[in-house]
Parts: sequence; C-alpha cells; structure tokens
Amino acid sequence: MPHFRQNRLCLREYFNMFNEEENRDTFDIQISVSDPEKVGDGMNAYMVYKVLTKTSLSIFSRDEVCVKRRFSDFLGLHSKLASKYMHMGYIVPPAPEKSIVGMTKVKVGKEDLSSVEFVEKRRSALERYLLRTVKHPALLKDPDVLQFLESSELPRAVSTQALSGAGILRMVNKAADAVNKMTIKMNESDAWFEEKQQQFENLDVQLRKLHASVESLVCHRKELSVNTASFAKSAAMLGNSEDHTALSRALSQLAEVEEKIDQLHQDQACADFYLISELLGDYVRLITAVKGVFDQRMKTWAKCQDAQVMLQRKREAEAKLQHANKPDKLQQAKDEIREWEGKVQQGERDFEQISKNIRREVGRFEKDRVKDFRVVIIKYLESLVHTQQQMIKYWEAFLPEAKAIA
Amino acid sequence: QQEGLDDGPDFLSEEDRGVSFFFPFLISVLFCLCPPTVDDLCFFFCVFFQSTLPNFKQNEFSVVRQHEEFIWLHDSFVENEEYAGYIIPPAPPKPDFDASREKLQKLGEGEGSMTKEEFTKMKQELEAEYLAIFKKTVAMHEVFLCRVAAHPVLRKDLNFHVFLEYNQDLSVRGKNKKEKLEDFFKNVVKSADGVLVAGVKDVDDFFEHEKTFLLEYHNRVKDASAKSDRMIRSHKSAADDINRIASTLYTLGTQDSTDLCKFFLKVSELFEKTRKIEARVAADEDLKLADLLKYYLRESQAAKDLLYRRGRALADYENANKALDKARAKNKDVLQAETTQQVCCQKFEKISESAKQELIDFKTRRVAAFRKNLVELAELELKHAKGNLQLLQSCLGVLKGDT
Repeated sequence: MPHFRQNRLCLREYFNMFNEEENRDTFDIQISVSDPEKVGDGMNAYMVYKVLTKTSLSIFSRDEVCVKRRFSDFLGLHSKLASKYMHMGYIVPPAPEKSIVGMTKVKVGKEDLSSVEFVEKRRSALERYLLRTVKHPALLKDPDVLQFLESSELPRAVSTQALSGAGILRMVNKAADAVNKMTIKMNESDAWFEEKQQQFENLDVQLRKLHASVESLVCHRKELSVNTASFAKSAAMLGNSEDHTALSRALSQLAEVEEKIDQLHQDQACADFYLISELLGDYVRLITAVKGVFDQRMKTWAKCQDAQVMLQRKREAEAKLQHANKPDKLQQAKDEIREWEGKVQQGERDFEQISKNIRREVGRFEKDRVKDFRVVIIKYLESLVHTQQQMIKYWEAFLPEAKAIA
Repeated sequence: QQEGLDDGPDFLSEEDRGVSFFFPFLISVLFCLCPPTVDDLCFFFCVFFQSTLPNFKQNEFSVVRQHEEFIWLHDSFVENEEYAGYIIPPAPPKPDFDASREKLQKLGEGEGSMTKEEFTKMKQELEAEYLAIFKKTVAMHEVFLCRVAAHPVLRKDLNFHVFLEYNQDLSVRGKNKKEKLEDFFKNVVKSADGVLVAGVKDVDDFFEHEKTFLLEYHNRVKDASAKSDRMIRSHKSAADDINRIASTLYTLGTQDSTDLCKFFLKVSELFEKTRKIEARVAADEDLKLADLLKYYLRESQAAKDLLYRRGRALADYENANKALDKARAKNKDVLQAETTQQVCCQKFEKISESAKQELIDFKTRRVAAFRKNLVELAELELKHAKGNLQLLQSCLGVLKGDT
C-alpha cells in the first residue's frame, strides 16, 4: 500500500509539529504513542501501543521509559483520574472514544485502508490524551499516571463498559441530573460562574457546528481528490486518441498535472482532518468535562444545602426534646446536632474549595485553549500555503506546454 | 461583480465567432425572461444581427426567438440532403436550471437552521450561479448562430435568413410524441448503419483514418467531459464548506472571551476571501475545461454523423453499381440504372469532397480551441493560486506577529 504509506508519513509529520510546540516550553516531558501491534486473533484480538516517555523530571525513576499499553488501559487510567479529581473541580482530560465498528474490522484482520487509518487515528488520539493529561500539574504527579507511564506490568482494567467515554459521560450526566433535581435553585452569589457557564455553553454550540463543517470539508476534499484522479486518467486517454501530435502531448501533460493535484488534495484533506477536525473533536469532549466540573460544584452546593436543612431539623428536634424530659434522647439529639454542624462546615469548606479549584482550572484551560488553537491554526494555514505553492509550480510547468500547441 | 463571466464559453477560435474583420456578420444574442419568475422560466432570445451582405433586406435588425426555434433551424439543416456533406453545427443545449432550482429549494428549507447573514450569503451565491448559467445558455445559442454564419454554404440557407429576419413567431411547435419516437428510431437505425459502415474498411485512407479516430475520440471526450463535471462539482462543494466554516469562525470571534476572538475574526475574514477564489477556480474550470469538452463532444458527434451520411451514400452508390451490372446482364432498364448510378456517384463524390474539407477544418478548429482554452485555464489557475497564496501569507504574517 505505497499510497497510504505516503499518507502515514504526512500524518506523523503533521502531528509531530503539534507535538513539538506542546513541549517547547518549560514543561520537560515528551510522550509518544507508536508502533501499534496486533495481539491475538479473531474477536479476542487487540492492539497494543508503545508508550515512550522521555523526561528530566525527578518524579520519574528513569530518563526514558518505554511500556506497552492497550486501549482499555488508557480508559482505566482516565476512569481512576476522573473518580479521584472530578468532584474536586479538576478538569480531567477525557479519553478517546470507543469504536465497535472500527475495532471489529481490525480484529477480523482486514488490512484495508480504512482499518489502517482507524488505527492511526486512534494512535494519534491516545497520544494527545496522554499529553493533555500530563500537562495538568496535579495529574502529572498522580501515582496512577506514573504507574501507567513507567510500570511494565499493569493490572488489567476491569469492566471497560463502565470506563468507556460513554460511561464517563453517564457519570457526568448523573451530576447534571442531580443539579436539575435540586429543589432550591442555587443562588449564584458569584457572577463569574454564571458568566463562564454561559460562555462555555456558547462555545460548545459553535465548536460542534465548526466540527461538522470541517468534517464535511474533509469528506468533499477526499471526493475532489478521487474525482481529480479519475479525470486525470480520462484526460490521458483523450490525449492518447488525439491525432494532432502537439495537442496530444499537451493533454498528456494536463493529465500529469491533474494527477499531482489529486495528491495535493489528498494531503490537504489529511491536514484538514488531523490538524483541525481532530482538534475540534478533542475540544468538544473537553468542554463536556468542563461543564461536568461546573455541575459538580452545584452538586457540592446542594449537598451543603441538604446538610443545613438536616442541621435545622436536628435543632428543631432538640428544642422539642428540651420540654419532654427524656435526658437520653436529648443527649443523642445534641450529639446529632454537633455531627451535622460538622457536616455543614465541611460542606461549606468543600464548596469554597471546589469554587477556588474551578477558577484556577478554567484559567489554565483557557490559556491552553488559546495556545492550542493558535498553534494549530497557524500550522494549518501553513499547510494551505504549501498547497498553493505547489499548485503554482505545477501550472507554471504546464503553461508553456499548452502554448506550444501549434 | 461579473469578473470575467462576460467572456462566456469562448471555446471557439476567433475564426468561428463571426466577429473577425473578414466576416460580414455580427451576431449577438441576449435574452429576456418572460414571466420573470424562477418557477416558470420561459426563455426568449433576442438576436441582434448586423450584416453588410447584399442578400439581407436590412443591415441591422433584431428578432425574438425561443429555444425550440433554434432546434428547428438545426434540424432543418440535418434533414437537408444538400448539406449532407457538411458538419452541421451542433444544436445549443436546452436551458437547464434544475440543479440550481433544487439548491434554491434546499436553501429555503434550511433557512431556519442558519443565521440571517449566512442565509443572505448563500442566497447571493445561488443568484450568482443562476446568472452564470443564464449567460452560458445564451452564449451557447450565440455560438450556434455564429458557426452557421461562419460556414460559406450554410450562411446562405433560406431558413437561416428567415430565422434572422422574419420578425414574427415562426410557429415552430416542438416535436410531438410521435415525431420524437420517429427520431428515436431514426437514431437507432443510424447507429445500426454506423456499425455496418464501421465494419467495412474504406478504400480511401483518409476516411478510414478519420473513422477510426472519431469513433474513439468521441467516446473519450464523453468520458473526460463527465469526469471533469464531477471534479468541478466536488470543488464547488468544498468551497461551500469553507463558506460555512468562515461564518462559524466569525460567530466564535464575536463570542470568545479570550485573545482568540481577534484571531478567529482574522481567520474568518481570510476564509471568506479564499472561499471566493476557490469558487472562481471552479467556475473558470467549468468554463475553460468542462464547456470545451462538452462542446467537442457535440461537434465530434456531428462529425460522426457526417461520416455516417457519407457511408450511406457509399452504400447507395455500391448498390446502384450492382443494379447497373444486373440491368446490363439482363439488358433491361439499363438507361434508368445508368442514370441512378450516375446520380449516386455524383452524390457520393460531392459528399466525399466537402466532407474531407470539413474534417480538416474540424481538426484545425479543435486544435485552436483546445490551445486557447488550455492556455487560459493554466493562466487563470495560476492567477487564482497566486491570489490565494498572497492572502494566506499576509494573514499568517499578521497572526504570527500578534503572538
């Protein structure tokens, strides 16, 4: 499949550019996911990826460590991180989506272009996932992350249904449901949160729209490439049957130009996809995580409210017991009051903490978003420049051939 | 705003357009719509005509004609035995707005799902497309008349003069069902004939070569024409996507709370401009490449038809020879057989002579037209690519400078 190999280089090349930018600042860790290998046969088969970490950070035991991981390992990591940190208001980067159709083709052993592309797409997504995870200062130090990157043996992640992207989404949605069921709507004393939530809502809508348009563009560009190749062949045939020598030659040259342009369109469609489309897809999923974190805050507030309601009830119960002359029950009531006072205080502390965390997380997230989009869009425009420069080259070579028709 | 669409499908060489100095004809065709609603298009072509030739009553006049009347004129040439030895200029295609009408309908249905700006933009795009198709259709009709005017014999045709001068409706009704069926069978017979004729090797090397060449050439032009259409359609679809991307980026730019807002606005502006260029590229490819191929598809068919007619004349001549031999052998009706044979012989020789010249001219025209259009195609592609490059580089300069 020489055709695809060319594409593959192009994909790696494009993604490596993204990679370099990410790691150019003070952040001293490089991660790459590569060399997908199929293990096993039939429906039990799975892909294993090489995860290579290069770092000078002291929390790692070695400068360079290479491990082998499968897709469910990544899902397992994400699930652990989500359950540990999401309720504290940390934006945990979501893992790539599961794909039954894609994986089945790979398992069944179809070595065709679409399954090779699928594996490459997944490999790239896994790499981006790890890079985003270690960019988070708290997650980088997490023992589960360190174990994932360093340990040669990793306990198999169980019941991956719960760990799938859909599973996490369910968890996030449960928080959202809890919020919707709140009897007392949160009195937002802090306008910042309301404003930010609205902004993320708007951003979500627009990014989804943009993603859909870019996916359509990728599709049409691929179609254009196929149709250009087809036209090139047809023009070559026409040139063959043309009996005027100079015109015949010019038509053959036209066919060659169109063939080269077909390749240009293919490469451009690649760039469209790997630079823009995947970035947008990542951000649509990231924003779901951000919205989840805001919902967690509301859930925390609700918990705090519930505790206060409980405390009030206990106090009322105690007041009633004051006149009932049941000293045991009274003592119990007083104990319970103390217990719930503690819970209320804890709830208020939790709420304050999560609010603080979210402010910090959103600040960091926005900074990263600005950088990501800037870097990627500039890379993308550079790819467009390259395409046009090649076009000019090809047509400039053809023009004298056309003029030579006598 | 028209930006070169005025050129029209000028896929004929200078000689054919009847606009050169040496031709006493100047024909231009405009159009008017009646009634002017999109749903019920009824074309009337206004043919403006100037001539210095003596056989016309006036030097300069105009008439109004419908598409059916152009077809009538074309068919009258085809059916005229006198013109059997000429390549009859192909009839102009029927005005076809189905694709655009469909797009307009889809746009109307999707109005709710897009912003007002987007809707207005897409509507303007569609209107420009309609205009482009109008202009092309008109130009095709003009080209037909110019080709007739350029032909030394056809330009003297009586029907042609009536077409140009008679300022009343020609009352040419379109063919009814029966007539259309007759035509269909005529074409089937012609093809069957064609197979016969194609099978017999011609004594004359020139015609043998032309036959082989035209049969193959026609099929390949047909294929190339279809493939070029598909390619250009994909190009247009991609340009439409970039249009939507530009709109969404604009919205993002107005909403974003970070530094990205300026960034998005700049990129949106860039894509607006590059998108227009991409649409121009598709339009120019359509004009210089797709239309060229479509026209030569029709012309090569007309040339094939000429060969078929010559082939039939040859068959008639050979049959007449056989009949003469039989008559001489039986010594019965010899004079009649001799006369028939002479008539067939003359007819065949006349057709062969003019056909040879016609086919040589066809090659000359074809080469000139391809040259002109391929050169212009390359020049336009270069112009647009350079335009695109300049926009991209200047935008990149601004964006990189901002960081």
